[in-house]
Amino acid sequence: MPLKTEPITINVGPQHPSTHGVFRMRVTFDGEEIIDVEPIFGYLHRGSEKLAESRTYTQIVTLTDRMDYVASMTNNLSYILSVEQLAGINPSPRGVWLRMITAELQRIVSHLVATGFFLQDLGALGTPLIFMMREREQVLELFERLCGARITNSYMRPGGVFMDAPDDFWPALDRFLAEMPHRIDEYEDLISGNEIVAARCDGVAVVDSQSLIDASVTGPVLRASGVDWDLRHRQPYEYYDRVKFNRPLATASDNYARYIVRIHEMRESLEIIKQCFAQIEPGPVRPKEIPALIRPPVGDSYVGTECPKGELGFYLVSDGGIAPYRCKVRAPSLINLTLLRDMVIGDKLADLFVTFGSIDINMGEVDR
Amino acid sequence: MPSKTAFHSSGEDLTTQIEAIAAGSVTGSNDTDVWVSADRLPEVMGGLKAAGFQMLIGVTGVDYVGYFEMVYHLLSLSQNRRAIVKVRCGEGRVDPVVPSVLEIWRGAELQEREVYDLMGIRFEGRDEMKRIFLWEGFEGHPHRKDFL
Repeated sequence: MPLKTEPITINVGPQHPSTHGVFRMRVTFDGEEIIDVEPIFGYLHRGSEKLAESRTYTQIVTLTDRMDYVASMTNNLSYILSVEQLAGINPSPRGVWLRMITAELQRIVSHLVATGFFLQDLGALGTPLIFMMREREQVLELFERLCGARITNSYMRPGGVFMDAPDDFWPALDRFLAEMPHRIDEYEDLISGNEIVAARCDGVAVVDSQSLIDASVTGPVLRASGVDWDLRHRQPYEYYDRVKFNRPLATASDNYARYIVRIHEMRESLEIIKQCFAQIEPGPVRPKEIPALIRPPVGDSYVGTECPKGELGFYLVSDGGIAPYRCKVRAPSLINLTLLRDMVIGDKLADLFVTFGSIDINMGEVDR
Repeated sequence: MPSKTAFHSSGEDLTTQIEAIAAGSVTGSNDTDVWVSADRLPEVMGGLKAAGFQMLIGVTGVDYVGYFEMVYHLLSLSQNRRAIVKVRCGEGRVDPVVPSVLEIWRGAELQEREVYDLMGIRFEGRDEMKRIFLWEGFEGHPHRKDFL
């Protein structure tokens, strides 16, 4: 007699260590195979965009910190560039170099966290994550020297940054730049050729580049499918046109490709920081004539920047007042989840978390 | 300072391009943005996608009190160009509704749900219009100017 079977629906989350925050997926299984996934958002919704409408342009910087809390500096940068476009502010060169250095340091942090938790989701409990948290700690200490804060930095201001780097920042940065390449080699020794990682990641959650473009997916996920699209290179902002860097690509578009692209991007970020370090010159970090209360003219602005997770853009509308009339965030974490369902259908439960980790999202940014 | 017009189609060029796709759909333009009428939106967007704008970068709703405005940010990877298309809807704040572009870009799936949830603009032509961040049964749409 054949066994009677029926699909079973399980709630993954909202409180689950592998959902990287507070996120729920309603997953339907046939045996161990996934036949449907419905993501449920909103557990971390704080109304940041609405809050921004009642704060001045400088105060909003603190709100952007708390969106993607693993990459505060790059959030700051994206927001500040949009404000500068809206208000027509020309930043100080030294401020721009400092913003680039901190943004690239932040990219390294974000990719470290992404890779560490990705491996944790794979079942490599402990070692890789602890290694990556150790290096993250060094960057956070650098941030602490710069602005006193470790995670929610609020370091940037329209026109530059709020204070210059202290003298002891530069030797510390130098030490970090000298040490970090060896650390990345160490990760690669551990992970890149690992048989278990290969068995679990090669050919899992493959998605073609055309679907990714159609679903507005950006960042390392898109580059892992062979599309050479990096805003720092194609539509340079800040002084990215004055530094040279490679754009790491992979073509397999599977979980392993997304991992390896991030590893290589960390090396490129180190190269960019070295070049910024070589080109930075003394001077003010922010023009003196910028008023404390910025009143941009009536109009709107949008600037998209290449953040660790994809294109982060701020659409600002000004009515001439001291607070934006509308502040809309184009959040890569949310939009990159559009294809989650397509990526995991037909895979096993254990692959769901690995795929989810390889997309690298941050719930603070998804829900805002 | 990032320039507003760099990597953007000028409003004039974009108007010409859209008029070639759907004659009489453009209702206004400025240096970078073009306004089109809501009922012609799917036609215009389908044509722009065919002309190389493969990616729907952003979908935004703005409440201008007297009316609502939808802002679509498009991106062409092959031509390295952006375009901004705007649509006025819900004149007099009555039932704002625009046609959905989900059939043209899959990327509209979550973005349109977000606009519906927080701004209360309905999208015609897609079967499921569910809230995304707030729970079913929540009253009102927080990003509207009369909510708070």
